[in-house]
Amino acid sequence: MNKCREATKLMSLKQDRSLTFQERVSLKLHLMMCHACRQCDKQFTLLHEVGSRFEADIEKSTETDHTR
Amino acid sequence: MTDTPPPGHGDGKPDASHRMERLAAVRPRLLSFARMQLRDNAMAEDAVQEALMAAIEKDDSFAGRSGYETWVFGILKYKILDGLRAQKRQGRWQPLEAEPDDDTLDRLFQQSGHWHRHERPVSWGQPDAILESDHFWQVFDACMIALPDNVARVFSLRELMGLSTEDICREVGIKENNCWVILHRARLRLRTCLEKGWLKEE
Ligand SMILES: [Zn+2]
Repeated sequence: MNKCREATKLMSLKQDRSLTFQERVSLKLHLMMCHACRQCDKQFTLLHEVGSRFEADIEKSTETDHTR
Repeated sequence: MTDTPPPGHGDGKPDASHRMERLAAVRPRLLSFARMQLRDNAMAEDAVQEALMAAIEKDDSFAGRSGYETWVFGILKYKILDGLRAQKRQGRWQPLEAEPDDDTLDRLFQQSGHWHRHERPVSWGQPDAILESDHFWQVFDACMIALPDNVARVFSLRELMGLSTEDICREVGIKENNCWVILHRARLRLRTCLEKGWLKEE
């Protein structure tokens, strides 16, 4: 398993469930070799944080409003 | 003549007039969140309106454990789920089986399974700086709108509402495996859209 297409599947999957040992190893090996997929992996992680960030910003939205 | 302190004073609970101000201030963000989920302006307006009304009515149940806005946001999430269920009942959802003719992956990857040269992801810089940027959120909003309804729905249930894929399957009526396939495509499409719409201009 060293194809980018397959690797992105695992990158996506790991945001939704924990990977099996074998899946983790094969993803890690691919990421070691592939710069583009390392970027993709970071971006999927960022997308995963968007929801909690949105929520945190909601709390802040009124704070900034007060200092205006 | 002694003033009795207002009830709830000092526990972080905003007083009545302050509360309305804060609800008004947070409303635009709630609305943009509801729009991304429900993809219907009128329904989004209704959901936010109902959430704000509920917040005012159920004011006593705000315990001050979370921030006030976070609490209101939590109410909105329930209203959005209600709205989604109503859409489903009304038959407004397209079937969610992954379309066999979806060419998302073929557009991004060569036959060999490697990225097409012009689709290869590039660095976006520091995640914190990205999420601080208003421009990122504008592009994110536009990219969400550009996703097909059913794909966007699954993605936002997962990543904006924070439901587990197991819960999403129950809510939407698909198999978990299918859910993962949809999320994989949604993430690839979103990251492509974000990179094209945002990095180029920044
Ligand atoms: Zn790769």
